[in-house]
Amino acid sequence: MIAPPIRYISIIICFLLVIYVFELVRRKHLNEEYSVGWLVTGTIMLIFSIFDGLLKWVSELVGATLFTSTLFFFGLMFLVVICLHFSIRISALTNQVRRLTQHTAILYHEKSELEERIEKSDYEVPSSRLEKF
Amino acid sequence: MSQTIQDAQVEIATALAASLPQYPNTIILIPAFNEENNIGFVLDAIHEEVPGIPVLVIDDGSGDATVKKAKAHSASVISMPYNSGYGVALQTGFIYALQNDYRLVIQMDGDRQHDPKFIKTLIQTIQKEEADVVIGSRFLGVGNYQASLPRRLGINIFGRLASWITGQKVSDPTSGFQAIRGDALKFMASDFYPPDYPDADLIIMLHRFGFKIREVPVLMHPNPDNKSMHRGHKTIYYVFKMFLSIFATILRKKPEL
Repeated sequence: MIAPPIRYISIIICFLLVIYVFELVRRKHLNEEYSVGWLVTGTIMLIFSIFDGLLKWVSELVGATLFTSTLFFFGLMFLVVICLHFSIRISALTNQVRRLTQHTAILYHEKSELEERIEKSDYEVPSSRLEKF
Repeated sequence: MSQTIQDAQVEIATALAASLPQYPNTIILIPAFNEENNIGFVLDAIHEEVPGIPVLVIDDGSGDATVKKAKAHSASVISMPYNSGYGVALQTGFIYALQNDYRLVIQMDGDRQHDPKFIKTLIQTIQKEEADVVIGSRFLGVGNYQASLPRRLGINIFGRLASWITGQKVSDPTSGFQAIRGDALKFMASDFYPPDYPDADLIIMLHRFGFKIREVPVLMHPNPDNKSMHRGHKTIYYVFKMFLSIFATILRKKPEL
């Protein structure tokens, strides 16, 4: 049996985490894609904390001497997975930002060039268009 | 009478030849970061050496008068919105060249290290050898370039590794003085291009794609400002990244553009 205080603390924390993540998704502060890892981690930790018979069974299975270390271990594993997922996402975002930067720079260059060409020719440009820049 | 007509014909032909660009569809790319002291000199030398080839300076978020100087010395300028690194700036140039139907690209540095006299050499080599990429090497007999010891060591190790993998001599994998054409240009603009600092891994990738690479001796001057292109690059990270990138490249399936 887990010592009662840590069990209740664990239940409360996991419960709050799941509720908070869900609330973030509801308010659109967190994309569904990123909420999955947190919800799965929180829910599994919550299940383990409530049904400590299950925790005992898993602890004996993996050979952990303390029930709490089983909780910590699996919690940590999930965090590693979540962090790796973030690294992958950041890499993808970095590449996208790079592309955007490059294309923005080229487009701006082409815009300036076109403006110069228009200024040189006698084409009448609506003045309001150029004054903005 | 017929003599005058012939003369006139010759005259027209010469005038026509002069009006046509000597190197069609060719562009010179110069990535520059805070090069206000050098860029004007480099651009003047280029215009004198190979008049008529358009020059594009890619300003990598310089805080000085690089852009003004470059425009004053008749180059067009693309400005990156912020400092994004040598490779990213250079790749911007490749994308631009591809979008605007240039077939042959010369890339060189804006810090006076690369001698514009050798632009012609690069172009002639790429045409004569029917290569896709020609790399200007400072270690093939022209001049005696002195690099610092760690840099020389890096060039040596990765040069040997690249030579071994590609089965041809790669004496100067860090050289940023290159000529690229055709499909190799498409590769440079693609996501395969290593954007932080293209080096030996780029040469190995090009080889894996089946591009023909040639080296040609060029003269390189010591950097007047004595700053390296590897600025801000931690040496250990650089070595680690290069090994990782090379082995990842080898273990990848033969890629397709």
